[in-house]
Amino acid sequence: MLFLGVLASQGCGGEYPQSALHPSSDSATILDQLFDQIFWWAVGVFVVVEGILIYVFVRFRERPGDARPKQVHGHLLLEVGWTLAPALILVAIAIPTMRAIFVIDRSTPDPEALVIEVIGKQWWWEFRYPELGIVTANEAHVPLGRTIDLRLRSADVMHSFWVPRLAGKRDLVPGIENQLWFRADSAGVYHGQCAEFCGTAHALMGMRLVVDEPEDFERWARANTAPASAPGAAEARAGQGVFMANACVSCHAVRGTPAAGRFGPDLTHFGSRLTIASGVLENTPENLARWLDSTQHVKPGNPMPEVELSDAQIRQLVAYLGSLR
Amino acid sequence: MAMTDAHSTGIWSWLTTVDHKRIAIMYFVAGFAFLLIAGFEGQLIRLQLAAPARSLLDPDLYNQLFTMHGTTMVFFAGMPLVVAFFNFVVPLQIGARDVAFPRLNAFSFWVFLFGGLFLYASVPLRVMPDGGWFAYMPLTNPEYSPGPGIDFYVLSLLISGVGSIAGGLNFLVTILNMRAPGMTFMRMPLFTWMALIVSALILLAFPPFTVGLIFMLFDRRFGTHFFDAAAGADPVLWQHLFWVFGHPEVYILILPAFGIVSDVIPTFSRKILFGYPVVVFSGVLIAFLGFGVWVHHMFSVGLGPVVNAVFGGATMLIAIPTGIKIFNWIATMWGGRLRFRTAMLFAAGLVATFTIGGLSGVMHSSPPADLQQTDTYFVVAHFHYVLIGGTVFGLFCGFYYWFPKATGRMLHEGLGQAHFWLSFLALNMTFFPMHFSGLLGMPRRTYTYAEGLGLEVFNLISTIGAFIFTLSFVPPVWNLWRARRRGEPAGHNPWDASTLEWTMASPPPHYNFAEIPTVDRRDPLWHPYIEPESRGDGDEPGGAVPRRQPHEPPAPVVMPNPSHWPLVLAVGMLLMTIGGLGSLGLTLFGLLVTAVGLFAWAFEPPFGEEAR
Repeated sequence: MLFLGVLASQGCGGEYPQSALHPSSDSATILDQLFDQIFWWAVGVFVVVEGILIYVFVRFRERPGDARPKQVHGHLLLEVGWTLAPALILVAIAIPTMRAIFVIDRSTPDPEALVIEVIGKQWWWEFRYPELGIVTANEAHVPLGRTIDLRLRSADVMHSFWVPRLAGKRDLVPGIENQLWFRADSAGVYHGQCAEFCGTAHALMGMRLVVDEPEDFERWARANTAPASAPGAAEARAGQGVFMANACVSCHAVRGTPAAGRFGPDLTHFGSRLTIASGVLENTPENLARWLDSTQHVKPGNPMPEVELSDAQIRQLVAYLGSLR
Repeated sequence: MAMTDAHSTGIWSWLTTVDHKRIAIMYFVAGFAFLLIAGFEGQLIRLQLAAPARSLLDPDLYNQLFTMHGTTMVFFAGMPLVVAFFNFVVPLQIGARDVAFPRLNAFSFWVFLFGGLFLYASVPLRVMPDGGWFAYMPLTNPEYSPGPGIDFYVLSLLISGVGSIAGGLNFLVTILNMRAPGMTFMRMPLFTWMALIVSALILLAFPPFTVGLIFMLFDRRFGTHFFDAAAGADPVLWQHLFWVFGHPEVYILILPAFGIVSDVIPTFSRKILFGYPVVVFSGVLIAFLGFGVWVHHMFSVGLGPVVNAVFGGATMLIAIPTGIKIFNWIATMWGGRLRFRTAMLFAAGLVATFTIGGLSGVMHSSPPADLQQTDTYFVVAHFHYVLIGGTVFGLFCGFYYWFPKATGRMLHEGLGQAHFWLSFLALNMTFFPMHFSGLLGMPRRTYTYAEGLGLEVFNLISTIGAFIFTLSFVPPVWNLWRARRRGEPAGHNPWDASTLEWTMASPPPHYNFAEIPTVDRRDPLWHPYIEPESRGDGDEPGGAVPRRQPHEPPAPVVMPNPSHWPLVLAVGMLLMTIGGLGSLGLTLFGLLVTAVGLFAWAFEPPFGEEAR
């Protein structure tokens, strides 16, 4: 079993998009290296203790005719020895630990860091880029090679921000702003999800962090600062009508249109996102139709009501939302 | 099962009993029933997680099940089973005829039982609590958890907590005051030592939790703002109050198991405990440090580097006394004659598997490393190794060890061995893969997980392991059933053990000791085999082996009367608790019953009955 684990830790990171053992940032690498050190100490102790145990179980089994063994009260030197040995191992663990704490648990010293506000809500993530004026949901793009300074807040209950390959967890606590930083070292799509129990749909409060090459990030940022493009195709235009005439507008914002609801995710550039419903479904027209048709089935308990829509209306909405790129 | 009380065996005699041995049996039966129920809940959880995106349980039911599983296991299975052993063993080990406050002891049992039944009343009403056993605010305030579910949690723990505190007090006083002549602290058996330490832990750890629960109750029912961020309060306060109790609670559950194996390993190695004073004081040290590490449950909260460094360091320190215990157990076995009867198998299994839980514990003691582990299945693996590999194995060890004493019957050895090997396999198969699912990114308390994260195979193995776990309960239940009729008579001392409880007939008479023994050394029954230690710590040469207890008490024995007032008091408190769901009238009526019970209890004539 242990062997299987070692195998897993050496496998290709792509197969484990949410793994703490495949770090892709400076911050996650610090944690992983620390874990590795402690892990090997633990393996050493495990082998020694279990080895002695097995030896004792076999060697000192009762055999027929055995007399009562010699009674031993204790041994001072042995006691001192097995007090000091673990203490020394703990010192060996404590030193890198303390070093790491004072790096990881402090705010980033990098003045060039890109600040992103993360607001946890039952059960989705809002991302705001104050510097760029971008508001988006469940998917944040960040540039490769630049330190990212996350400011974490909660709109309701405790949540915890966890994208294992980029950083350790940090809780989102009502009334408090927490910080978390990292600098990604390779481009890609990283999976994350809420790690503090937050109610019914806690298991489905996922997110994607997309690490872009700097020029890709520039392009994404330009596109996302712009208001929504007007729908071109007839079906999408009809979908916009459906959107504006229904309950959608009371919770969702689409910048550049009258829709300005703040309760649900901002949909201004929904069409460019990878997933629907905070990482639950891949963003394809079929999945989107399914989501609109049976929200409560796809993500039970989520606050979006199941609005009565005809198949045609759903098709039109899918076309409209897909056009918001 | 043979009864411990010669007088009567009717239902009324059980409802009014103040005999610690009968109360022990009631604690055991109730605790074991709750263990089976909570185990079933765990099995359902594993069924849901056997594969990604299964829909056996909907998310709300899943959240209710893991809340009930955790709450039940800690408060209504783990603790009462521990207290069952305190009740049965401690008075016998210290040479006492009962606990210090026999009626309070009965009362503790009844409020525990009523607390558990009250919690489970939420099941038929379909309003089980769903905030986790840790019930973090603000998720558990009425805005996010309307409905009575969380109230069942708060109220059941408030009422059973009264029983726990009373029990802690009772055993503290019993061990301090009721020891037989000559039974100095450093001659007490290790299990009694751990019971003493744990009683102090209970007494110190439960009050902050009770305060937290009352704050929560007030926030929920009367609109106060103890944990309301919008009103300027800090919801993290709840986490502090919960964990300053919750971490010592872990030691409340594990130290008695350590005490049990510290008695069992010497017995089945036929060798006295190696380093007795070191094992005792390492237990004291674990308990002491246990109050200074609660923030290690909160490393991701963002309390800052200094706080995390202090609590991380303190947590690492606990590894030292824990390691000392393990090494002393090994040294006890070294050079011994190990007899692997079922009790010894569970003791050996504890040493082997608790070590794994201890090592993963060291991994999360490092706050930065813990940021990748906390709230994932890695932690689920860790504490199940500690609580099953430690507490449950220790309790089974004690069960197989003292069952002959409690009932006068031997258990079947083959069934016992089957039980051990099945549960040993199941524990490792269910929980070892969780280390990997956690590190690969699976958070706890999630009713489903996505495909493609590499979690499938580990979860499937865990679920198969859980099935084996369920299966592992067949042999012990069968064994119990079988022992009723076909268990061989146990005799006074079937294991050739060294402590006072083995000097009397099995089951013990209701007054325990016909003559209160005088103790002049540790391990008195092994006196002839032990060469005194040169430094002299109570093992002076000379003296005599305590005699077997005579069949008839030489002088009349005064024992406390049975009393129904503890039950009345507990019923009154139960009524108040039910009223807490929203009926002021019922609460006031319950208060009246409680008051009547208290006064009647206080003025009940203190006359004892005479034995025989």
